[in-house]
Amino acid sequence: MGTRNEALVPLGFPQRFRQQKSNLGWLFFAVCTALLLSIPVVTVLYSVTLPTSDIWAHLRSTVLADYALNSLVLAVGVCLGTSLIGITTAWLCSAYSFPGRKLFSWTLLLPLAFPPYIIAYTYTGMLDFAGPVQTSLRTIFDWEYGDYWFPEIRSIAGATLMISLVLYPYVYLLLRTAFSEQSSSLREASHMFGVGSYKTLFTIILPMARPALVAGLTLVVMETLADYGTVHYFGVPTFTTGILRTWFGLGDRVAATQLASLLLLCVFAVILAERYSRKAVRYQNPARVQKGWRYPLSGIKAIAAIVICSLPVLLGFVVPALQLGAWTLRTAPEIIDYSFLTLVINTVQLAVIVTLIIIAASAVLAYGKRVGTHFSIPYTVNLSSMGYAVPGVIIAVGVLLPFAWLDNALDAWLQQNLGISSGLILTGTLISLAFAHVVRFMAIGLNSVDASLAKIHRSIDDAAQLLGRKTFERFTSIHLPMIRGGILTAALLVFVEVTKELPATLVLRPFDFNTLAVRTYELASDERLADASSSALLIVAISVLPILILNRSIIQSGVVHGAQT
Amino acid sequence: MKSRSLPGVWFVLGVCLCLLGSLLSAAEVNVYSARKENLIKPLLLQFAEQTDIKVNLITGKADALLQRIVSEGEHSPADLLITVDAGRLYRAQQAQALQPIDSKVLKDSIPGQYRDPAGYWYALSLRTRPIMYAPDRVSPEDLSTYEALVDPTWKQRICIRSSNNIYNQSLVASMLAHHGESEALAWSRGLVGNFARSPQGGDRDQIRAVAAGQCDLAIANSYYLGKMLTSGDTAQRSAAEKVRIFWPNQEGRGVHVNISGAAVARHSKNRASAIKLLEFLVSDDAQRWYAETNFEYPVKAGIRPSEMLENWGKFKSDILSLHQLGELNAQAVMIMDRAHWK
Repeated sequence: MGTRNEALVPLGFPQRFRQQKSNLGWLFFAVCTALLLSIPVVTVLYSVTLPTSDIWAHLRSTVLADYALNSLVLAVGVCLGTSLIGITTAWLCSAYSFPGRKLFSWTLLLPLAFPPYIIAYTYTGMLDFAGPVQTSLRTIFDWEYGDYWFPEIRSIAGATLMISLVLYPYVYLLLRTAFSEQSSSLREASHMFGVGSYKTLFTIILPMARPALVAGLTLVVMETLADYGTVHYFGVPTFTTGILRTWFGLGDRVAATQLASLLLLCVFAVILAERYSRKAVRYQNPARVQKGWRYPLSGIKAIAAIVICSLPVLLGFVVPALQLGAWTLRTAPEIIDYSFLTLVINTVQLAVIVTLIIIAASAVLAYGKRVGTHFSIPYTVNLSSMGYAVPGVIIAVGVLLPFAWLDNALDAWLQQNLGISSGLILTGTLISLAFAHVVRFMAIGLNSVDASLAKIHRSIDDAAQLLGRKTFERFTSIHLPMIRGGILTAALLVFVEVTKELPATLVLRPFDFNTLAVRTYELASDERLADASSSALLIVAISVLPILILNRSIIQSGVVHGAQT
Repeated sequence: MKSRSLPGVWFVLGVCLCLLGSLLSAAEVNVYSARKENLIKPLLLQFAEQTDIKVNLITGKADALLQRIVSEGEHSPADLLITVDAGRLYRAQQAQALQPIDSKVLKDSIPGQYRDPAGYWYALSLRTRPIMYAPDRVSPEDLSTYEALVDPTWKQRICIRSSNNIYNQSLVASMLAHHGESEALAWSRGLVGNFARSPQGGDRDQIRAVAAGQCDLAIANSYYLGKMLTSGDTAQRSAAEKVRIFWPNQEGRGVHVNISGAAVARHSKNRASAIKLLEFLVSDDAQRWYAETNFEYPVKAGIRPSEMLENWGKFKSDILSLHQLGELNAQAVMIMDRAHWK
């Protein structure tokens, strides 16, 4: 680990330089934002203080252990899967040059466009016992049920694979950004000293990119734990299916929320433990970053690199997209009508609003964490981003309860004092819907902005401060331009996630406000997958667009790639 | 500069316009529906056209919609709650989110067992959950009742979806109502012991598995078979053609039936319109629509079901009063947990 510390420039200035009164305004604003965004999660956690019902005894004696074990296995499996794919591809695309590298560097992001449950439905349609693959096998070889072995897609292993295939881009994207923000002179030096590329990766490059890897894996774990569609369809009982079963089946919303709190506390504990293990080590790059050098691959090695990079793209995007496309061709004439235009407009509108809010809030919070020295600030900020680990429908309740209470309280006050009724101002409007999305996906924005902010050396802040720059000025003139890549990444990820979001939208939306995800879900959950394919494909198409934009602007600005080879 | 006060002026103007708008607007009715949009919207549009009452719709999971109604409290815009099972209507009634409706039209159209005795909710259509079998491997003579499915002859031959599904929960609730807890538990265990595979997918998947030979029997809602038989997808059609319906328990209590139903919300602001819509949903035309479009059975007596439903034959259905399914739902889930029914 000595290598790591040498690569880091030690902190140059004592703490007191950063404890200036000029930070207070920003800090106050940041803490207020964090508290506002924490309301739903706190509402969920509050359920822990409510009396428990005897349903808990039943859960403990029957299914709770299964829920916990399956969730753990799934989370660990998806972590391994996404790390394996994400690290390998990010490393190949950053450190080597081989034919098609530029193409892979952005197509590897495409699987992100698939909601996990859509890819699960698609692969099941192809691979299950009654699907075309196994049916043709049976016809060709004249087999019957039981005559042959075929991997069961609807299993915990299948769920792990499906979720890994669509979530690895988080790891890939954040790592690729991190790798390219590292100076290539490190790789060059390592290469010149004859250190093998595996050793370079695992002893120098990865340890230095730990914040990015952790940020990516945190997102992956949270999203995996909150996933409902895939595990529900595959019949794998996890915490999430348990939460909804406790609410919908056992009719106990409070116990369901308590289960969700338990899950949240576990996630919180893991995040804290990771943070503690990193302690005070800061991961900052030397001020001058040298870029551009890539080790050229040729022959068999180049082919291997191409195969490794193309597999995730094929399995995570091309194959399911082709299948959806085939279904769409068949069903589109009946399914597609003018209402699709409204669906697209609603979806994009919501995604844009939420993305803008999250970017602004992430910047405020991440920078607040940077300038604030009080120990409570990172906790407050992190609390506001915990919504990502909570199933959407539970977040919806966390938004619904306080908002409806506020609406009714305001109405009661107005009636009493002014004799007028305000009715419901927040509940059932786009405001509560957008708020729920912001809470749910805040982690994505915050993690990416935070990770890129962390890489700016603090001596820059201190220098600027000595030169008399105020907090706000420092942020806009120095940090903001430097974290443009992180912000773009955050914007892309949030936009894509909002486009795919379903459960919170279902509960909180205003009348007749449909999105593409709602339409897809309604048809897919009615087991009309082929009919759902048009809207599913549109979700994918809309999500691909920002991926392309992101990639273009990154290449142009050189934020991520630096000078191209 | 005057422009400083402009946002304020706009805001006040906007609020006034909204208030004015709500006063002047024509009659409307707000529907919270657990029925999917494409399975209710066509009827709502028809209603809007006939009556000039504007219908606003949100769809979602019944319990989440109920939570929204309860949280919104007395200002809730909800007028009508539509669900796809009786248990949720019972739950809504327990949560005091509904109000009783006394309508001669509704009472005359809907048989007593398919509505709440006090008028809190009414069924709109019937959904049967029979046994489906592969005629090349199973003779209908071997089939009799749900109870008989635990017989060892069916070991590794039965497909059914997860116990997360409400249709299975109410099936077990009906077992509970008829036989009591210990027998219902024994039955669930026996059934789980005869599963051909771990429960997965939806009802159509079970039917497809029977057609493909992975199992010989499935328990699934009958309308799914109807939808598969009329599907644009040849694979679905040919799978469905390999499967037949068996109506169980015909010597005894009859096949298990659940409903889709509706109720007027307690704080409904458009009560009259909501009742009008409810009455429209049990009109002859609307009842026929359920049968022809979604292959559900009409709740109203004397409505001729569609040709396909007639082909499936007549059957006796369980006369268990439906609010019991709601009362026993939680207990049913616990029993399935104990039986390791995933």
